Amino acid sequence: MGLEEFSVSDALELTGAGDPGRAAARETFEMPPGEAELIERVQRGDAQAYEQIVRAHAARMLAVAQRLLRNPEDARDAVQEAFLAAYRHADGFSRQCRIGTWLHRIVVNAALMKLRSRGRRPEESIEPLLPRFQEDGHMIAPATGWQESGEAAIDLAKRHALVHACIARLPESYRTVLLLRDIEEQDPDETAALLGITVNAVNIRLHRARQALRTLLDPHLRVGCAR
Amino acid sequence: MTCKDFIEFLDRYLNGALTPTEREEFSRHLVICRDCDHYLANYRATIRLAAEAFADPDAEFPPGVPEDLVRAVTAACRAETPEQSHEIE
Repeated sequence: MGLEEFSVSDALELTGAGDPGRAAARETFEMPPGEAELIERVQRGDAQAYEQIVRAHAARMLAVAQRLLRNPEDARDAVQEAFLAAYRHADGFSRQCRIGTWLHRIVVNAALMKLRSRGRRPEESIEPLLPRFQEDGHMIAPATGWQESGEAAIDLAKRHALVHACIARLPESYRTVLLLRDIEEQDPDETAALLGITVNAVNIRLHRARQALRTLLDPHLRVGCAR
Repeated sequence: MTCKDFIEFLDRYLNGALTPTEREEFSRHLVICRDCDHYLANYRATIRLAAEAFADPDAEFPPGVPEDLVRAVTAACRAETPEQSHEIE
């Protein structure tokens, strides 16, 4: 299924069907009483209860959409569309996960739909960011250790900014998979369904994206680098 | 096993998806190849650093509720269900 065929409401059904662990967890899941009461009120048509939900989750959902879209206006539109879709489909919410998990899934899907609606742009190759090898299979540029802690290490805020900047430099199709798998913690089946690609393609893109990110971080973190 | 094979196997190694034979070859290469030992440590650190960099949404957005967004959403919901509009006022 391609992303263009995937509606926001389909995200309501995306519950990690390929993951037996998650399926078992859903069967035994009990929603916290406060959330259960809130969603009951929404399902009865109490819009004030829905406003409470929007208030509680809007900031986090905006951050999720911004990561994927890297454009504040698009992120805001995606979150608004997602909240509206969730409101329309609140009756179908089966309470097998937290409200935040449910909304997260819908926002991720809305953001991906928006990403797709921008149209395909020519993408830079990831190859220059992957390790290169000599004919005998040894690395051309040997790897060295990284300094991540101690006095010489880059401070936390700078390190986070560096990681954000390096992720932003990844080609979009790889960046999206890395964000979905390593940051948004979507499982391989969910990621494949969201992107309309195979699980094998998800795994290949993720491995390449991590290698490329390692290449981009390396000059800043390797032992003995100038800061 | 070469460094090229090692890096190809890396994600499967971390997912515990290698066969016993592949795992044995992988471990043997890791003992003799300092570059791949560093590469594995870097690769693991990359995954961890990425997760840490996005762990705090307040670092990406100012803390607090984005009121304009809440207003826009509640207005859109009100438009969807006009008969319940009084509940949002």
